[in-house]
Amino acid sequence: MATSDQTAMGTSDKTPATEIGHTPEKAPWPLWEVFVRSSRGLSHVHAGSLHAPDADMAVRNARDLYTRRNEGVSLWVVPASSIVASDPDAKGEFFESPKGKDYRHATYYKKSEGVKHL
Amino acid sequence: MATQTQSPRDTQLQPVPSAEDEAGQAYFDKIIAEDSRIEPADWMPAGYRKTLTRQISQHAHSEIIGMQPEANFITRAPSLKRKAILMAKVQDEAGHGLYLYSAAETLGTPRDELFDQLLSGKAKYSSIFNYPALTWADMGAIGWLVDGAAIVNQVPLCRASYGPYGRAMVRVCKEESFHQRQGFEILLELASGTPAQKQMAQDAVNRFYAPALMMFGPNDDESPNSQQSMRWNIKRFSNDELRQRFVGMIQEQVKVLGLTLPDDKIRFNEETGKWEYGELDWNEFYEVLKGRGPCNAQRMERRREAHENGAWVREAAAAYAAKKAQKAQVA
Amino acid sequence: MSGESATRITPGNALRPEDVAERVAGGVKVGEDVGEYALRLGDDALILAQRLGWWISRAPELEEDVALGNIALDLLGHARSFLTYAGSAWGKTEDDLAYWRGEPEFRSCFLVEQPNGDFGKTIARQLVFSIFQHELYSRLVDSADETIAAISAKALKEVDYHRDHAIQWTIRLGDGTEESKRRIQAGLDSVWPYVAELFQDDDLIERLGGVAARPSEMREPFDALMAQVLDEAGLELPDVQPAMTGGRGGKHSEHLGYILAEMQVIAREHPGATW
Repeated sequence: MATSDQTAMGTSDKTPATEIGHTPEKAPWPLWEVFVRSSRGLSHVHAGSLHAPDADMAVRNARDLYTRRNEGVSLWVVPASSIVASDPDAKGEFFESPKGKDYRHATYYKKSEGVKHL
Repeated sequence: MATQTQSPRDTQLQPVPSAEDEAGQAYFDKIIAEDSRIEPADWMPAGYRKTLTRQISQHAHSEIIGMQPEANFITRAPSLKRKAILMAKVQDEAGHGLYLYSAAETLGTPRDELFDQLLSGKAKYSSIFNYPALTWADMGAIGWLVDGAAIVNQVPLCRASYGPYGRAMVRVCKEESFHQRQGFEILLELASGTPAQKQMAQDAVNRFYAPALMMFGPNDDESPNSQQSMRWNIKRFSNDELRQRFVGMIQEQVKVLGLTLPDDKIRFNEETGKWEYGELDWNEFYEVLKGRGPCNAQRMERRREAHENGAWVREAAAAYAAKKAQKAQVA
Repeated sequence: MSGESATRITPGNALRPEDVAERVAGGVKVGEDVGEYALRLGDDALILAQRLGWWISRAPELEEDVALGNIALDLLGHARSFLTYAGSAWGKTEDDLAYWRGEPEFRSCFLVEQPNGDFGKTIARQLVFSIFQHELYSRLVDSADETIAAISAKALKEVDYHRDHAIQWTIRLGDGTEESKRRIQAGLDSVWPYVAELFQDDDLIERLGGVAARPSEMREPFDALMAQVLDEAGLELPDVQPAMTGGRGGKHSEHLGYILAEMQVIAREHPGATW
């Protein structure tokens, strides 16, 4: 995902404002993340990103770019700057807690192995 | 979020590694040693970031410039089926450029900056696209040899240590599977057609053979950066390994076409287990790289023209979006 | 591993030009009137695809290269289906018709022959043609001719997007900057003389009855939507006279000769060759 290097500067609910220091029309088109649902019953999965001037064009560009081969039945586009990520420098600590708690998994329970319909 | 990553420039301004850098380097080394993947928000050495930005953006530029020789034949394709195939293929190349620019952007350089590097001549792209496409058969040779070489190069890149690059390459490789085949079939059709068609096909193969082999880059002993890229798990095989593999493939395939490769030195060396081929004209390679190929100026001019002619459109859409956003804010 | 792609690729399921060719090979043959009508439909789509194909590698932004490419590919698909079907009247293939007819034998309208100009003019031409084509195909899905109805049903879904694409851009250019407003207005003014031709009835249309859609009936809904779009974009309805045209009868603009010269050159260098 291309989000981590974007500074969050969204001003509207849908279309992120352009970079500070540019007049609006000279600013590059903002970046959007694209999520594709490949068929009914499945979730939207991140497919990539693209540039578009606004939300309406972003969803159209996503259609042209990410579903040329019949890859999707539904699309989401999200301003890259709107994505909030977990702190990459704390990955060890942040995700430590569930480790070692193997009693949360069915495979932990050996004595009941082989019992039918359990 | 902007504080979480450093631009290459920032990193270069810090000659003494901080404690943070040392911890980052240790974590990075561990990920590479495990053959796992580096993701955008991770700490990475400045050189890794710089190498990847250069490689991925060059790759993207090559897709975009590479559209031109084939796009020139969209309006002239000799059958409607071929016209549709070619249009879809050139369009895919724009798509592949976009996937790759997205991957490059995750390293911290925005796309418009990467464009500027291309348009100012600062960034390079694959030299093969500075050769002219002269006949319809060239559409075949480009698909078979140029895309063929690209695929041999790209398949190992699906496992590149940088996550976004690997993912972009997976998408590209999936979509590109038809590119080489359509090229091969163009040549097959020509080679079994009229004498004039067969002649056209052979001529195209003759012209694209050597430039396609040079797409893998200089010989290993002339390519010092390759070693570092391999240590970083960006590259998985050396230039010469990939080139030899490719020669072995095409010398079998050319038999199916009933054509020949313009190199009588191709042979399989039983002792080394490697394919050998005639000496390539590296002088020409470097000349083209320096901008003296037949089409360097033409390709750049066309790209600049498209970019400049499109400026008012991009500005209009941005201005409209800004007006809309403002209205939404007021409301 | 990171190598998994998030999305899957499938060919999908829809009427293809090859399916029409199969029908024709299976003995479906049209009369000359239906053939002539299918030529009109096919030639409009072919010439416009030829024009739009030029944009690929030259669009204002890479995303737009892909968008215009999709539209051109759709139109080329319609052209191939209609020409294949038309050809069954005279025992000709899509390629016989595309590459071996001369200008007077083409049935395209003046509008699609107009040069691309800048992006504003291309969008203006797209706006006019896609609104027209949407009205056309939404009637032809009920054509008394089964094959024309089937091709139109596939085409209508695609043209729906072409129309949307043109409308979105018309609004952005009209309500963007001063320059973009000037350019899209100039584009509209320059294609407007060729709008009237799209809505002319003639003897063929009378003879075909329920097979064809009556062009004159489509003018009103065309005008209504056009007025709505131009209003939203802050643009003026062009105040220009219709030009004398004659594309349906084989009398074309000067542009067609150049279009065909380029399109046909390689095929004609190799008579009898297959590709």
